[in-house]
Amino acid sequence: MSDTHDVVVIGAGPAGYVCAIRAAQLGMSTVVVESGSYEGGLGGTCLNWGCIPMKALLESAKLAQRMRTDAEQFGVRAKEVEYDYGAAVDRSRGIAKRLTGGVEYLLNKNKVKIVRGRGRIAGPGKVEVASEASSGTEQLLAKNIVIATGSVMQTFPGFELDGTKVIGSRQGLGLAEVPGNVAVVGGGFVGVEFADTFAAFGSQVTVVEALPTLVPTEEPEIGKVLARAFKKRGIKVFTSTRIKSLDRDSMTLTVEKKDGAEAPIPTDILFMAVGRRPVTEDMGLDENGIELDGDFVATDQFMRTSQAGVYAIGDVAGQPMLAHAGSHEGIIAAEHMAGMEPHPMSRHNIPSVGYCHPEVASVGLAEEAAREAGHEVVTGTYPLTSHGRALTAGSNEGLVKIVAGAQFGEVLGVHMIGHNVSELVAEIGLGRDLETTLDEIVQHPHAHPSMSEAVMEAALAALGRAVHI
Amino acid sequence: MATKVVMAQLSPTMEEGKLLDWKVSEGDRVEQGDVVAEIETDKANMDVESLGAGVLRKIVVEVGQSAPVGTLIGIIADDDEDIEDLLALADEVRASLESGSAAPSAASSAPAAARTGAGAQVANVAPDPGPPSAAVPSVVPGMAGFGRPTPVAPVRADGERVKASPVARRLAAEAGIDVATIAGTGPGGRVVRADIEDVLESVGRGRRTRPGADVPPRVGFEARVEEASTMRKVIARRLTESVGPVPHFFLRREIDMEELFDFRARLNSRPGAAKIGVNALLLKAAAEALARHPTVNSSWDEAEAVRYHGSADIGIAVSIDGGLLTPVLRGADSLGIDQVAAQSADLISRARIKKLTPEEYLGATLTVSNLGMFGIDEFSAIINPPEGAILAIGRTAQIPVAHQGGIHVRRRMKITMSCDHRVIDGAEGARFLATLAAILENPGDFIS
Repeated sequence: MSDTHDVVVIGAGPAGYVCAIRAAQLGMSTVVVESGSYEGGLGGTCLNWGCIPMKALLESAKLAQRMRTDAEQFGVRAKEVEYDYGAAVDRSRGIAKRLTGGVEYLLNKNKVKIVRGRGRIAGPGKVEVASEASSGTEQLLAKNIVIATGSVMQTFPGFELDGTKVIGSRQGLGLAEVPGNVAVVGGGFVGVEFADTFAAFGSQVTVVEALPTLVPTEEPEIGKVLARAFKKRGIKVFTSTRIKSLDRDSMTLTVEKKDGAEAPIPTDILFMAVGRRPVTEDMGLDENGIELDGDFVATDQFMRTSQAGVYAIGDVAGQPMLAHAGSHEGIIAAEHMAGMEPHPMSRHNIPSVGYCHPEVASVGLAEEAAREAGHEVVTGTYPLTSHGRALTAGSNEGLVKIVAGAQFGEVLGVHMIGHNVSELVAEIGLGRDLETTLDEIVQHPHAHPSMSEAVMEAALAALGRAVHI
Repeated sequence: MATKVVMAQLSPTMEEGKLLDWKVSEGDRVEQGDVVAEIETDKANMDVESLGAGVLRKIVVEVGQSAPVGTLIGIIADDDEDIEDLLALADEVRASLESGSAAPSAASSAPAAARTGAGAQVANVAPDPGPPSAAVPSVVPGMAGFGRPTPVAPVRADGERVKASPVARRLAAEAGIDVATIAGTGPGGRVVRADIEDVLESVGRGRRTRPGADVPPRVGFEARVEEASTMRKVIARRLTESVGPVPHFFLRREIDMEELFDFRARLNSRPGAAKIGVNALLLKAAAEALARHPTVNSSWDEAEAVRYHGSADIGIAVSIDGGLLTPVLRGADSLGIDQVAAQSADLISRARIKKLTPEEYLGATLTVSNLGMFGIDEFSAIINPPEGAILAIGRTAQIPVAHQGGIHVRRRMKITMSCDHRVIDGAEGARFLATLAAILENPGDFIS
C-alpha cells in the first residue's frame, strides 16, 4: 500500500499530461498512469498516432503536391522525382518520438510520477493499475482521480478494421507505401487529411461522405470549396452518399448515391474515418457510480463527474474531441482541485482546424447556427482569389467568412479555407473571448502582405466597406 | 509614488481653467480624496481632489493663473521622494504659462481620457501609468448601426481606466449606463457583456435618460459638427423611439398652489426639521396619486402584456451638463416627506456630478420633469419608455382667478401628463390627474 497522492491522472494524452503538470505546478503530489495502448503512449493519440504525425505527413504531402504540380512554375525543375511514403512516415515517426520524449521530460521535470499500466477506478480514492511489466496490479490511493482515457477509432458493423485492407488512422500513419486505390469513408477532418496525403503521394482517392458537403461540421461553402480543390487534383468526391456494404474478397465498396442508385467502388484499401468513441469500458465507472452522458463521462463546467473527487477531461468528457480542448479542461480540473477558482469550461469558442490543402479553420458560430441561436447577424465573405499573399504562396483557393451580431458587431464566428488559415483562427478566438467587435478588427493594421489581412477584409466586408473585393 | 495634480477637463467644452484657490499650502499633508484646489471652468467652479496621499510638494500654477486642460498644476509626493523630473516639468509649465506658449501636458492622454465616458469626473491624473490613450476613430459618413466606433474605455472618478469589453461598452452606451459605475466580473474586474445584461435584468431593462432644458451661458457661435456624446446619443435614440412606437396623449390641469405653499411653510417651521422644497412635495404627491391609481403605475411590455409595478419609483429629471439624468426615488409611496426630501436632494446632487450607480438611475415607473424654474408655463414631456406616463411641471405663477365668488390673485401651476395610450386610457389618466390635484390642493390630508 502506497502513500495517498493528491492527484492520480489516468491517461497521459494532451488532457492528462497537461493536467498532471499543472497539478504538480500547484504543489500537489501527482501520478499519471499510462497504458501505452495501441493508439496511445505518453502524449496520447495526439502525439503518437494522431495530430502530430498526421501534420508531419501533411507537410510531406504539401511538398509532394508542389513538386507534382507547381515546381516548374515556381522555377524549380527536378528530374525523376520519387515519392516515398515510407520515408515520410519515418520522418513523421521521428517527430512523434521526439515529442513523446518531451512529454516524459516535462513530467519528470515537474516531479510527476509515471506509472505504466492500465488504470481503473477500484473504489473511492483508489486506482488499480494492471502493470504491463509484471502481471500483477498496483493500487494507488488518491485524493483526486482524473479520468483522461481518451478515445479510439470507431467504425460501422460490416466495416470492421482488419488492419491491412480495411484500416483507420492508426494504420494509415504507419503504412510503408500508399495504396494504388483507396476509398476514404468519411469526409470529416481525418478523412480529408488522409485523402489529401494519399493523393499527393500518387494514390487514386475516392472520398465518400454521407452528408451534403465535405467537412460537414463547417459552413457549407467551406466544404464546397474543398471539394472543388480536391476534384482539381483528381480526388473523387461523393457527397450525400451512404456506404451500404463491403465485399472483402473483391474489395468492392457498395454505396448508395443521392438519387438512391447503388454504385460499386472497387478499391485496394478501404480507409474508415467515421469518428472516434470515448474509452469508458472496464474503467470501474458503473461500480463507482460515475454517470455517463451518452457515451461520454458526464462532467460539469469544472470537469467534476457525478462522484466527489473524480474528474474527467479530454475526449472521454465530451465533444469536441480535440486535443486543445482536452488540455484546457486539464488545466481547469487541476486548478479546481487545488482550490483555485478557474474560469468555467466553455465550449462555445474552441477552434477547429483541418490541415488538408487548402487548410480549413473555424471558431465560433456558423451563420445558420447564429441565427438559430437567436442572433441577428451580418456576414462578410472575402474570397482569396486575388489576395496578394495567397497568390504569392501559389495557393489562392479559399475564402474567409466572418459572422457578427447585427446590433453591436460582436464577432460570433469565423470560417476559413485557404493557405495557412490554421494560423489565423487565433485572432478571432481571442477576439471573441475579449468580446471584440468588427470595428476593433478593422482598426488594427494587419501586416501586409499576410494571410491575416483576409480576416480584416472579411470584417470590412461585413461592415459594408471592403476595400479589396 | 508621486501624484500629479493636473488641470482636468471638467466639462466637455472646457479648454482651460483658472486656479481660484489652493486649499492646501506647499508642505501640507494631503490624503487621497482631499480637496486640494478650486478651479473655475467655463461652466462652474469645481473642486479638485487628490488621487494620492502625500505632501503637496509643489504648487505649479498659482492662484489667478489660467492653464490649458492637461497642464500640471501641482505635485503631491512623499516627503523624501525624488521628484526632480516633475520639478523640471513644473519649470517648463511655469515658463510657458508666463510666455503664453502652449504648456506641456502633464499626461498627454489626460484630456482625452477625461473627456470620455459620461461618468468621468476626473479630478486629476493617477500616478503612472496614466490612462491609456483613447484614440477616437473617425466615423464613417453614412454608416449606420455598429459601424460607429466603439465607445472608448472610460475612466473612473479616481482616474483609473475602466476595463470593459467593446461589446460591453456598446451595450452600456445603448442602455444609457455609465460603464464606470459597473463592477466587472471579467478577468481583473473587466466589465463584460454579462455585467451590463445583469444590470439591465435587475432593473427590468429600463433605460432612463431624457431631454429637458438647460440654459447655457451666452458663449457666442461657432459653426461646427461635433460628435454627440454617449449620453446625447442615448437621449436621441431613446426619445425618437418613444415618439415613434409610443402613442402619446396629453392631459393638462391647472392646480391651485396656495395650500401647498402654506403647508410647506408649516413643515418648515417645525423645530429641528430639514427644509422641505416644493419639488419634494410634488414627488411625494405624485407617488400618493399613483398609490391610488396603480393602473397608471404600469408599462407596456414588448411581449404584449401590461406590466404593473409593485411600488411607485419616481424618476426625477435632473438637468446636467451635456444632457440629463433621471435618478429614481424608489418606493416613494411608502416614504415620509422628510425621507423624500432628503433622498431626492441626495440623488439630485449626485446626478449633477454624475455619481450615480445604474441602479440609481434606471427603472423608474413614472417621471416628474419640472421646468418651472426656467419660467416655462407649461410643456408636454416625452415619455421615457417603458414608463407609462410622465408629468411635466410648469412654473407657479400668480394669476387672477375666480375664487369664492370674487377675483383673487392666486398662485397656480400647470401640470401636463403625457400618457402611453397602450396602458393608460383618457379617463384613467384624467382621474389620476384629478387625484394629484386634490392632493396638492389639500396636502395636509395626504402628505406627512
